[in-house]
Amino acid sequence: MTGNDTLGRQATAAPAGAPLAIELCGISKAFGPVQANKDISIQVAKGSIHGIIGENGAGKSTLMSILYGFYKADAGEIYISGNLTPIPDSQSAIRAGIGMVFQHFKLVQNFTVLENVILGAEGGALLRGAMASARKSLTDLAREYELDVDPDAVIEDLSVGHQQRVEILKALYRQADILILDEPTGVLTPAEADQLFRILNGLRDQGKTVILITHKLREIMEITDTVSVMRRGQMTATVKTKDTNPEELAELMVGRKVLLHVEKKPATPGEMVLEVENLRVRDEVGVERLKGVSLTIRAGEILGIAGVAGNGQSELLEVLGGIARGTGTVRLNGQEIALTAAADGQSRRARGIAHVPEDRQHLGLIMDFSAWENVAFGYHHAPEYQKSALLMDNDAIRADTVSKMERYDVRPPIPTLAAKSFSGGNQQKIVVAREMDRNPDLLLVGQPTRGVDIGAIEFIHKQIIALRDAGKAVLLVSVELDEIMSLSDRIAVMFDGQIMGERDPAKTDERELGLLMAGVVK
Amino acid sequence: MTAMPKWADAVLVPLISLLIAFVISGLVILAIGEDPVAAMKIMVTGALGSTYGWGYTLYYSTNFIFTGLAVSVAFQAGLFNIGGEGQASLGGLGVAVACLFVPWPHWSLALIGAAGMAALFGAAWAAIPAYLQAKRGSHVVITTIMFNYIASALMIYVLVTILRPMGAMDTASARFDPSLKLPRLGDILGLVGIPFNNRNPANISLLIALVACAGVWLLMWRTRLGYQLRAFGKSEKASVYAGINPVRITMYAMLISGGLSGMMAINTVMGEAQRLLLNSVEGAGFIGIAVALMGRSHPVGVLLAAILFGFLYQGGAELALWTTIPRELIIVIQALVILFTGAMDNMVRKPVESLFLMLQKGKA
Amino acid sequence: MDFATLIQILDSSVRLATPLLFACLAGLFSERAGVFDIGLEGKMLAAAFLSASVAAVTGSVWLGVLAGIFASLLLSGIHGLAAITFRGNQLISGVAINFLASGLTVLLGQKWFGLGGRTPPLTGEGRFESITLPFADAIAPLPFIGPIYAELISGHSALVYLGFACVPAAAWLLYRTRFGLRLRAVGENPAAVDTAGVSVVGIRYSAVAICGVLCGLAGAYLALGLAAGFGKEMTAGRGFIALAALIFAKWRPWYALGATMLFGFLEAVGNRFPTIELGPIAIPSQFVQALPYIITVVILAGFIGKARPPRAGGEPYVKER
Repeated sequence: MTGNDTLGRQATAAPAGAPLAIELCGISKAFGPVQANKDISIQVAKGSIHGIIGENGAGKSTLMSILYGFYKADAGEIYISGNLTPIPDSQSAIRAGIGMVFQHFKLVQNFTVLENVILGAEGGALLRGAMASARKSLTDLAREYELDVDPDAVIEDLSVGHQQRVEILKALYRQADILILDEPTGVLTPAEADQLFRILNGLRDQGKTVILITHKLREIMEITDTVSVMRRGQMTATVKTKDTNPEELAELMVGRKVLLHVEKKPATPGEMVLEVENLRVRDEVGVERLKGVSLTIRAGEILGIAGVAGNGQSELLEVLGGIARGTGTVRLNGQEIALTAAADGQSRRARGIAHVPEDRQHLGLIMDFSAWENVAFGYHHAPEYQKSALLMDNDAIRADTVSKMERYDVRPPIPTLAAKSFSGGNQQKIVVAREMDRNPDLLLVGQPTRGVDIGAIEFIHKQIIALRDAGKAVLLVSVELDEIMSLSDRIAVMFDGQIMGERDPAKTDERELGLLMAGVVK
Repeated sequence: MTAMPKWADAVLVPLISLLIAFVISGLVILAIGEDPVAAMKIMVTGALGSTYGWGYTLYYSTNFIFTGLAVSVAFQAGLFNIGGEGQASLGGLGVAVACLFVPWPHWSLALIGAAGMAALFGAAWAAIPAYLQAKRGSHVVITTIMFNYIASALMIYVLVTILRPMGAMDTASARFDPSLKLPRLGDILGLVGIPFNNRNPANISLLIALVACAGVWLLMWRTRLGYQLRAFGKSEKASVYAGINPVRITMYAMLISGGLSGMMAINTVMGEAQRLLLNSVEGAGFIGIAVALMGRSHPVGVLLAAILFGFLYQGGAELALWTTIPRELIIVIQALVILFTGAMDNMVRKPVESLFLMLQKGKA
Repeated sequence: MDFATLIQILDSSVRLATPLLFACLAGLFSERAGVFDIGLEGKMLAAAFLSASVAAVTGSVWLGVLAGIFASLLLSGIHGLAAITFRGNQLISGVAINFLASGLTVLLGQKWFGLGGRTPPLTGEGRFESITLPFADAIAPLPFIGPIYAELISGHSALVYLGFACVPAAAWLLYRTRFGLRLRAVGENPAAVDTAGVSVVGIRYSAVAICGVLCGLAGAYLALGLAAGFGKEMTAGRGFIALAALIFAKWRPWYALGATMLFGFLEAVGNRFPTIELGPIAIPSQFVQALPYIITVVILAGFIGKARPPRAGGEPYVKER
């Protein structure tokens, strides 16, 4: 799609005569050899909620970070309220009335809410006066926009939802007229997300402009007035939300029709593979993160764990995968597994547990290692990789890597290339190949398609189904409800370190699961 | 991601950094009123102009190979062992114990025994900081520094009150039995018909150092342990996922590192002094840091860097002899090498990277 | 031990603790801003050298102090360049700075004075005089309070009093001012500071500069107050003891005072009693000398209180992608 075409659609999108809050013209940005934004132009009307939708890596966050002065654009111009406004740093953005709520909050964990709000906008060299006046305006803002938080609470004691409110308060305290939110609902329960949307509507009613970055179509349809679609660093369209529909947006996002349903046969559960009883895990600080979890998975069955991130799913995977310690009873094929040893991944693998971890960049792969070294990662004791008692057989590992790369369609198929040089989807395929190719009895898999392009998502989903059909047990953790609904044979919902309930995917819906995810039990 | 070829990363960047360090060193020499070119000439003639000079150069290089490898192994495992100095001095104690209290029938057996004891003592001195890092999370950098100071107090105590022969004035142990004298490099090269000066301390320990280089290469890139050490060094979190035990790996890395530092003592204590002297390490433990950084923690790089520092050390001694430049110049050069090849690596790397990126874009 | 001896030891503790206190507070500012600094030792050494050199040449103790601060700031600048601008390894940079100071002080000392690295001994105006506080003579004869005031509190050099004044000043700066808020934030989460429109680099450089000034004072006191001139390697590991005190103090100013006083006291005891005889066991002097290092290791091992370092400590700040 050409730039002219994009502009053509924009003319219809922005209401004629409505004053513009923001206008971006021809923004480009490259990170080394990667072109993150390519000649992007966009107009946002004052007092509207504008959505920016696109897949992971489409360049949405980069574009907004440029608007906020966090990155500097290589080319392009920014107009705020019709005036050319160079934004070389965040200070300039703040002065121009722009506030941003990042996906990963930028809060100082051991500071109070008040300290976080005034940081950078203290209003004087001494804190005493600033604190008092900030406290007052904070109370006013809280009343005006339903943003209740205790100003003296320390951030690390607050829930994620409340931390997000602090971020919004930070922006409002700086008198932002334009508020950018980057994937704000990723960490929220559906109920919390609804509340956030009420707040955003309130902000719009007060004349503020809101830009919402998301990859969730539902949110765009629900709250935005206009929407821009990004694909591979380019802006593919800007339309009025009421003139479009999810199907059209999805097609614009990925460039072709999306297969939203995964083809699969009904499950035929067999023998009991995994039995977990009263599993408990404490973190380093001593906080209990798993509070007595019990579950079972049979052969030929996928158990999906739904839940908002941070409710114990990671700990569940980690304790079963031998990364973290825990208490309780875990039996694999009837044999009890000791949960007391640290870094016990070796014995888990030996027993037939494979683990595709949630965070492939920090857990699943060593980014500086080559692909073949990563294929041996965790299986470096495997007999077929040894030359003698002491020496590893690097040639055998490389040969195996070539074969795995071919069968799992890893591109480019170069075993000596460092893991960091592969795209997200191909990195994930390396992990999937390593973990699934050994036919494990139990596969632990977390966020299998996070940051993975559509093509790879389909491939990985098919692999998981194939493993199930081969009579293996699968524990699937994902924060994407769609993924859980379409892959699982049973769904368990986790909240606050506990399983709130189990549902049959055929007999439940997003609303019911959402309530469970929020900890509401009927 | 990066457009830079491997050779640029492994060779070009360190070489440029080294060049900067030398240019600044030259400026320092200029600043104290000496002629850097003349100084360089003295250093080259003194250290490389004769087999006598070469002998000293290689003698020092032997020390630096051991300590450089020691720092490298720890670096590869993500640990910064600054305790080479203390570990090497304890290694000296190990050599002295082996040579003084065991009636060895032949120097070759004594060498094996002494090397073993040196490694054992060095490893033991690294074991406590390693354990505290692995189990208690106390930073190995600080604890190894402290252990250097503790080692120096311990060595004074041992030499003054235990090992010093009755009535002797200097703080040193008794001389080892003359039969334990190690063959000099000149003797060894003479066997294969290469004439080499024999009035220098270079000895058979050099060959052991070369074997150690090969051994470390084999360990790091061919064994499971090496694989795990490197994985742990790149990402502790991921290593735990892979079932690599952090406590065990930290211990192994530091024990090997301490052992290598300790083995330096066979060169100084057994090969040269033939008795244990106070402060026999003479900063070689610290030079190991510069050597490892320059050699990119790879045995081949370490070997080359060790020879370079051997040259600097011998050349520096010659300088002190013939000019008013004190030996401490070497410490300054060493500091600059650590600064530019270690801490300010990005200063050189980033411009080189963008240069390659530009070249690539030009081609495309 | 009688009361007079105790007063003497405490008096000596205060003197010995002063350089540690300056250095500890120096490290505190740097590390609270997220820049680890194991180069305190080198900065102190360089400051001690240049302050002694300038004091010897000019005969002015205060010019000496300024020169010391200048030397230390120079090395701080290098550390800042490596750690902040070039995002290098802060530990390696610290090691390099220690060696740089260790080599350059001897090199330049030999060139300037030809005394094998020492500076000429300082006398008169070139050294810090002890200050007698008001009424010290009048109160001295009083029992108990007299010796405490006249000998322990009074009679130190100006830098000792400055050192003590630095503690409340540091606490005030850190917890009561905008700069302190930003500095602490930058050591915990630099991204929060960056997105708030404040320069991370600016704050970190300021912190490193404060660290340089304080290290300069530490070194100057060492050469001009505690000793009378510079001697090769005269810091003798004090920079590392200060670092240990900083960890012991959990990166807090008032605790830093306590920790450095304790280490000063240990050194004073060690100086006073080279060998300590406990009944039949005689503790060798080498053990007493090594004691501060041993205690440091024990502290680091967390057997005496576990400390949480600043979250972003040691990490160069890179905007995440």
